[in-house]
Amino acid sequence: MIGYNKVSSVLARGAMRPVESPADRPSGGSRADPGADLLEFWRVDVELQGRPILSGIDLSIRKGEIVCVVGPSGSGKTTMLRTLSGFTPPTAGQVLFQGQEIRKPRRDIAIVFQDYGRALLPWRNAAKNVELAMEAANKPRAGRAAEIERLLTLMGLGGHADKYPAQMSGGMQQRLQIARCLAQTPSVILMDEPFGALDAMTRQTLQDEVLKLVAAMQTTVFFVTHDLEEAIYLADRVIALQPNPGRIARIFDVDLPSPRDQISTREHPAFLKLRRQLFDFVKGAEP
Amino acid sequence: MTRPMRSAALRGLVVPVTLIATAEIAGRAAHLDSLTIALPSHIVVALAQALADGSLLQATAETLWAVLAGVALGTAFGLALGLALGLARPLDRLLAVLIELLRPIPTVALIPLVILVAGLGYLTEITIVAFGTMWPVFVISRSAILGVEPRLFEVADALGFSWPQRIQKFVLPSIAPRIFLAFRLAVGFALIIAVTVEITTNPLGLGNAMVVAQNALNPALTLAVLVWIGAIGWLFSRLLIIVERVAFPGMGSAVRS
Ligand SMILES: Nc1ncnc2c1ncn2[C@@H]1O[C@H](COP(=O)(O)OP(=O)(O)OP(=O)(O)O)[C@@H](O)[C@H]1O
Ligand SMILES: [Mg+2]
Repeated sequence: MIGYNKVSSVLARGAMRPVESPADRPSGGSRADPGADLLEFWRVDVELQGRPILSGIDLSIRKGEIVCVVGPSGSGKTTMLRTLSGFTPPTAGQVLFQGQEIRKPRRDIAIVFQDYGRALLPWRNAAKNVELAMEAANKPRAGRAAEIERLLTLMGLGGHADKYPAQMSGGMQQRLQIARCLAQTPSVILMDEPFGALDAMTRQTLQDEVLKLVAAMQTTVFFVTHDLEEAIYLADRVIALQPNPGRIARIFDVDLPSPRDQISTREHPAFLKLRRQLFDFVKGAEP
Repeated sequence: MTRPMRSAALRGLVVPVTLIATAEIAGRAAHLDSLTIALPSHIVVALAQALADGSLLQATAETLWAVLAGVALGTAFGLALGLALGLARPLDRLLAVLIELLRPIPTVALIPLVILVAGLGYLTEITIVAFGTMWPVFVISRSAILGVEPRLFEVADALGFSWPQRIQKFVLPSIAPRIFLAFRLAVGFALIIAVTVEITTNPLGLGNAMVVAQNALNPALTLAVLVWIGAIGWLFSRLLIIVERVAFPGMGSAVRS
């Protein structure tokens, strides 16, 4: 409902598009390259209720990249994710997917909500919750069962197809939500503190699932988190936001060997150094 | 039924059985011969006779027909109105005052008016039952829609569902348990309203059977019909609770019995 009201305003804003835009720039050949930018923020400002929330965001994300966003509460992490999802259109500038402006939610950009308990349909069992994404895409019924089975197994829910969300633990529910997102066959997955409510063990397991997915399917991940170590562990780049208005304060490149490992990666000198830098940075950013 | 449940049910029977036995013994000891009350055993005999000669079954069929037709209409109208107002805010604002004026009218206060228009018979009774049951269904379905998890609409947006699809796949299943609860309440109201209409004016059904027995100065039969009405009400509510459990297994039973 909320989204729908906004769609019309996005279209209205389309008319006021700035003359120069990334799509108009002479292509330097990079856009067509494999590994070229899949997502792009171009001079993005977001105002909500007349207040500037994001200001001058410029960022390009490559296909298959994992970008983690950290920053103090209220710095606009969720807002940034919502502009990518098409739920919150930018007030100025553009947000692009494969060079096209994102005007409304699209199926190749999937969202994993933090509150998995509310994002699942409680009257549908696990298999049916996954099938929802296939119904939306009008996938032929014939292939669905096998695909659902495959996705549930992939997310470690193999034996739980008949369970309802209320009969599952938090970790299982979040896996189920991810399975449903994968059923959209998205090229981008947006995750807003997806593991924030889970215990440490479950969180680490799911972090590794995300890494495996990206390795297997070249999915691009935009991951918002409060947990600095989680950000370093997962990311190719960590984006640190600064509040009032939200803007990119620093971008940290993460140079850690892959595949990553919960023990050795977290003990790696580069990990520790980055962790130190990030903690110092966050402490400095706080008033 | 598990063992603890069965023993709980047995314990629940202790008080009523004791009361009935006491009434029977006390009545016999006092050589009861009354035009107002009857011995439990006489009530049982009267009930058996009324069942055997078919008169009670005939009256039951009449009442049930009015109850079911009235509830079906009332639920349909209440649900349609609730969905329309719940989904379309402008319509809600437009009709809010009118509805707030109509809703507090006590259903039975409509009896004279409806009889004036529709005369005695099924039509009157069904109309009044429908009017009375429409409101709980309307109120509950409207508030159920307003209470649908907003996150689910974002999920629908993200997956790109059309409006008819989101009503079918998100709104209706989301409110279904509450609608069913409303229906359960409506059935209970409907029985009360139907019997009231029959007792006050309408020459039909179980209410009328009670009035006839009362006029014949037959307390045993009057009470037998009363017991029978109670049994029907109880049966309906048990049945609907069972249906609810089967129909909404994942919801963790919205209302426990
Ligand atoms: N719909 C809205 N209307 C008005 N202001 C909003 C809205 N949504 C968010 N904001 C404001 O925008 C700012 C950034 O919010 P956002 O949710 O993006 O922050 P965040 O970095 O995700 O914070 P957190 O870490 O607490 O989740 C906050 O000051 C918030 O109050
Ligand atoms: Mg947030």
